[in-house]
Amino acid sequence: MTMNRIDQRFAALKDQSRRALIPYITAGDPAPQHTVGFMHACVEAGADVLELGVPFSDPMADGPVIQKACERALKHGTRLADVLDMVASFRETDQTTPVVLMGYVNPVERMGYETFVRRAREAGVDGVLMVDMPPEEGAEVAPLFAEHGLQSIFLLAPTTSSVRAATICAHGEGYLYYVSLKGVTGAASLDVEAVARQLAPLREMTDLPLCVGFGIRDGETAAAVGRVADGVIVGSALVSRIAENAERPEAIPAALKAVLGDMRDALDR
Amino acid sequence: MTKFSDLTRLPDAQGHFGPYGGRFVSETLSFALEELEKVYLSLRDDADFQAEFDRDLAHYVGRPSPLYHAERWSNKIGGAQIWLKREDLNHTGAHKVNNTIGQALLAKKSGKPRVIAETGAGQHGVATATVAARLGLKCEIYMGAEDVERQKLNVYRMRLLGAEVHPVESGSRTLKDAMNEALRDWVTNVDDTFYIIGTVAGPHPYPAMVRDFTSVIGREAREQSLAQIGRLPDALVACVGGGSNAIGLFYPFIEDEEVAMVGVEAGGDGVETGRHAAPLTSNAPSGVLHGNRTYLMSDASGQVSETHSISAGLDYPGVGPEHALWKDVGRVSYVAANDDAVLEAFRELTRIEGIMPALETAHALAHAKVMAAAMRPDQHIVVNLSGRGDKDIHTVAKLDGLEF
Repeated sequence: MTMNRIDQRFAALKDQSRRALIPYITAGDPAPQHTVGFMHACVEAGADVLELGVPFSDPMADGPVIQKACERALKHGTRLADVLDMVASFRETDQTTPVVLMGYVNPVERMGYETFVRRAREAGVDGVLMVDMPPEEGAEVAPLFAEHGLQSIFLLAPTTSSVRAATICAHGEGYLYYVSLKGVTGAASLDVEAVARQLAPLREMTDLPLCVGFGIRDGETAAAVGRVADGVIVGSALVSRIAENAERPEAIPAALKAVLGDMRDALDR
Repeated sequence: MTKFSDLTRLPDAQGHFGPYGGRFVSETLSFALEELEKVYLSLRDDADFQAEFDRDLAHYVGRPSPLYHAERWSNKIGGAQIWLKREDLNHTGAHKVNNTIGQALLAKKSGKPRVIAETGAGQHGVATATVAARLGLKCEIYMGAEDVERQKLNVYRMRLLGAEVHPVESGSRTLKDAMNEALRDWVTNVDDTFYIIGTVAGPHPYPAMVRDFTSVIGREAREQSLAQIGRLPDALVACVGGGSNAIGLFYPFIEDEEVAMVGVEAGGDGVETGRHAAPLTSNAPSGVLHGNRTYLMSDASGQVSETHSISAGLDYPGVGPEHALWKDVGRVSYVAANDDAVLEAFRELTRIEGIMPALETAHALAHAKVMAAAMRPDQHIVVNLSGRGDKDIHTVAKLDGLEF
């Protein structure tokens, strides 16, 4: 069996002693026809893995920046089926960059798990992170995802108990998404020392790459986190650029590249 | 076939009611919920805690609430006898305070100085602000911006009580969005904050915990029925938004198979129009929102639907997971009452019995009227009169073309 694209990418990065740069954008923001172009722009700016947000009407774990991104995408009627089409379209010219769908469980539940895993696989999705589906609730459908080669990515939080962390490490695949602070996406400050302290015990539990998200906004924070983590995840900082340029989407790829380019340079320095 | 006696043993250890319920939350909330579950389980069977809860219900809330025979209304309908469980006479004017007292005591025992809550009609917000004032807790309430407009009186009541009210502008600007915002607050301020959820929804352990606190309604109603009617009633009727007042009344009767139970959802303009808030009656497919799996109104792509009801308190696209199971196993039947019938019931009870019900409650009354008419005068229906209608005077006056 061939290795999943996510595992391949992290193996290559490890060989090169480099850190993963993982951008998040919401599919369909500011309008569906732009998303595939944005994905390619992220790759050109040095992204290793793409997290593509599936818009949802009730994004409970997200701050205002990503809430508004969901609203913009939903105004254009971006559905899960459309997001899968975007991935398929992206795959026509990029067969190597891993794509992770990130979102909430209800759109998947409504499509039906069997239909979803089949179509996601066909489209070229590599991993799925359902924010409100912890491993306990996902146990029943986990085999279905595995059977279709879709990796299950899970979140870890600063408040996660060591018992739960062990469970999550045991079920996690691809990489672990460590939420750097208490709060919702787009929150303010990030304490790199604290993150380093919290990642240490996780290293004892798992060989999975540990990637850190929430609060990474520029090259400086990316580089600081990159010294203690295997990858950095950047969402709200990119989505803010999309929001600022929502009326002139042709300017967005360059804006995304500027943010990611700085981070890539800072991470590789 | 599920035996009804099995229903009292739920949820399971993971918070599931059959296929419903559970804890579908972001990892950022898991710790807070584990902590809450621990505190709740340790105090649930603690005699001192229960005594303190009972004492507050007696001397602060004013329990037991009466079971009142609405004789004139029953005679006018000409069928079964209608009895009203008078939760409107509780301090703060609705059943919500029973649960709020319980959770605020838990907040105090957990050493959390700040409480937050979501509210629709404002009754739960008022109840939360009230107990927060009494216990000296800082209190912040999230309320959909549309509901802030619809329920100005309750907003001002909350502010007088010292609570900060945050209008929520996101999404459909109603109850579900208020709950999203409260959850966001909680993950950010989990160290010092207790989230007092106002209904039997949300992630485990909320549905079970809220049910347990609010079941005092049914325990009293059962005793009162035996004393005043001389037997158990033939039927129970309650309105269902999230479903807390209905669960409070129904749960202690769940094994009494001879007692029929009917939950009345918000039919809005009519279930057939799509403009309603009746996930059970409309057979909405199962989905996941606010931490639990339940019947959920959403479109074909899984986006949660905007709901419609004349009453802010029932304007919610989901329903407590235990109700979802009770529907599936046939223990409770769920129907909807439309806005028109609700207003008529509101006016009728006010004029005939001198009791002005909340518009939420009027849903239960509208259906009780239909049921009673088809029953015999020696049969008995207990309706949960879950709240009083003062807060709705503006809404009704507006329909009459009046502005204050």
